[in-house]
Amino acid sequence: MTPGELRIRVNDSIALRADGLYKVFGKQPETAVKRLREGASRDELDGATAAVIDASFEVQRGEIFVVMGLSGSGKSTLIRALNGLQPATAGTVEIGGESVTDANPAQLREIRRTKVSMVFQHFALLPHRTVIDNVAYGLEIQGVSKDERIRRALAVTEVVGLKGWEEKHPSELSGGMQQRVGLARALAADSDVLLMDEAFSALDPLIRREMQDQLLELQSELGKTIVFITHDLNEAMYIGDRIAVMRDGRIVQIGSPEDILTNPANDYVEQFVQDVDRTKVLTAESVMRKPRAVIREDSGPHAALTAMRENELSALYVTQRDRTILGWVRDRDVMDLVRRGEKSLAPAIKTDHGAVSHDTALADLFIPSLEAALALAVVDDKERLVGVIPRVTLLAALGGEPEAAGSAIPVTEPLPGEVVDKVLDASTAKGGA
Amino acid sequence: MDFRIPVGDWIKAALTWIEDTFQWLFDALRQMFIWMFDAVDWVFATPPVWVVIVVIAIAALLARGWKFAAGAVVGLLFIVGVDQWENAVDSLALVIVAAFLAVVISIPLGIWAARNDKVSAIVKPIMDFLQTLPAFVYLVPAIFLFRIGVAPGIIATLIFAMAPGVRLTELGIRGVDKEVVEAGEAFGATPRRILRQIQIPLAMPSIMAGINQIIMLSLSMVVIAGLVGAGGLGGDVAQAISALNVGLGFEAGLSVVVLAILLDRFTASIGKGEGLYGRWTRRRKVQREADEQARLDARELETAGPRREPGTVV
Repeated sequence: MTPGELRIRVNDSIALRADGLYKVFGKQPETAVKRLREGASRDELDGATAAVIDASFEVQRGEIFVVMGLSGSGKSTLIRALNGLQPATAGTVEIGGESVTDANPAQLREIRRTKVSMVFQHFALLPHRTVIDNVAYGLEIQGVSKDERIRRALAVTEVVGLKGWEEKHPSELSGGMQQRVGLARALAADSDVLLMDEAFSALDPLIRREMQDQLLELQSELGKTIVFITHDLNEAMYIGDRIAVMRDGRIVQIGSPEDILTNPANDYVEQFVQDVDRTKVLTAESVMRKPRAVIREDSGPHAALTAMRENELSALYVTQRDRTILGWVRDRDVMDLVRRGEKSLAPAIKTDHGAVSHDTALADLFIPSLEAALALAVVDDKERLVGVIPRVTLLAALGGEPEAAGSAIPVTEPLPGEVVDKVLDASTAKGGA
Repeated sequence: MDFRIPVGDWIKAALTWIEDTFQWLFDALRQMFIWMFDAVDWVFATPPVWVVIVVIAIAALLARGWKFAAGAVVGLLFIVGVDQWENAVDSLALVIVAAFLAVVISIPLGIWAARNDKVSAIVKPIMDFLQTLPAFVYLVPAIFLFRIGVAPGIIATLIFAMAPGVRLTELGIRGVDKEVVEAGEAFGATPRRILRQIQIPLAMPSIMAGINQIIMLSLSMVVIAGLVGAGGLGGDVAQAISALNVGLGFEAGLSVVVLAILLDRFTASIGKGEGLYGRWTRRRKVQREADEQARLDARELETAGPRREPGTVV
């Protein structure tokens, strides 16, 4: 494969790319960009305001990319530079391989018709048109025939749950329903990339959560690429596959929600993430420990009891050869097996291991953790034991310091060492004899 | 002290030059104005008085309801009673022609100014100038260029009345929710389409207020135009002033008031849907929307089975 072909392959998976993007308002924007590139700070520019400074990122196809920042951080300008509503002062934007920044007005309109649509903070519906005509607006501009666009708009209206409201005017709808119309209008245009500018910020919290869930659902069904602007970190963490944190026009960190939470790039981000509900963002995977209390099923009771004695544990998880979890055993039961001279662990294995999936949110771990006899087992998609979460670790993660938990503490007191030793010795003697 | 800026001389010289160079243009305009005035005047003056009153009353009923219709009949009968009917019709024709021309010029100008900051920067001071310059002052050059009669009256009225049309149109279009315009742009609509489908419909209340203002200002200017021989109610007012005839002055003046009220209420009601006509269109619209919804529902029922109740959104 030649490098050229390789490049095309790589580009194919990228829906949107911004490279060295600048947007400066005011006098002599080009000079301001030059000074910024030479290292001047935003405050040193006189007469010009830099809204976006050197923004570079790539958004994968089917990804939800969230741009998060407080008001004045430049996020709204950034999203408008992506579809050319605010022409960039410098840098490039590509959507689906086509340059937005180099396009002439006619080309730009064509890109907006077919490749990228937008959802607005205050809905921006046409108040003099009915819901269905609003939803069909993008198709109307694309030149789709009336019957066809109504047919397609009807389908989308149903998807967003507005069936039965098609002939109403926007003013007759609640805020949440109006934004569903806004969303439907963007979806009906059938473009790959969806730009959402604080789309849920004007809604009250319950409706907002509902809309977030619906967006995630729609996205998993339709596989749209979404660039989502928000000032609400919890929202960003909830819906974002990756998050770009903006401050004073610059992107200060790009990463997954867990990245941002656990490895903030600087004090600003760290301060920012303090208020986040960690239990909703962090997953089992990010706090789990290496499982120590594990034994393979074919090791037998003697080995299991020895392992428990050495690690001062009262119980062990039992897995197959490929680490698929089978259950757990208690020291008393294993000791009985050893006393009886059994060669297989099987009779002692309890199957109610209560393991959780690696992508379970912390918030959903508390109850399983209470119910589990051992440190909570974490399994991957193939039911393989990949880690454990002792209760102390869970508590420490809540406080923001998962490392503080130290080593796992056994759930119940292990049997006294001497008792176990006696049994083991006896068993060894018997085995030797 | 003999410091003196000869502005008067400059203006006179400029005017003479304009007159010499463009006389053909002004003659053509004059003919056009006179022809338009005669046409409108003919419509109101030809039928018997009672026919005109009945037609206006019916229009009033459709536009605002029976109270306004009754008021219109009383007012018009008053004009007939003080023997000002012909003058009133002349004035009305003058107002209609001047206001029509003012609307035709000022709305596109307002739209242009709203979309282009440079145009706005040029148009704004000109409008300020035209609005504040005493009306009598530009009546003089109007006579100079268009000679005595209806034509200078129309041109003076048109210039005087244009400003609010331009201003309110510009204001209305600039005041359209920026996000809605952005939505049009974001979906790839052309500027012309955004203007037609978003900006003008949403700026309509403001544009209508501008048209209303144009008509009211036209009427007030028509009285002044009487001084230059434009005739109508203004002619009688001017005559009453020069003859110190209080009675005639008030008869003509009150007739102007009646016309003003009628014109104001008519133009203010456009698009508000208050009268019978509004009620009919509303009922038709509700019916049409209900039919449309029923049709959509039937179509969905065919394809997708029974639908959820409205309100049970997911």
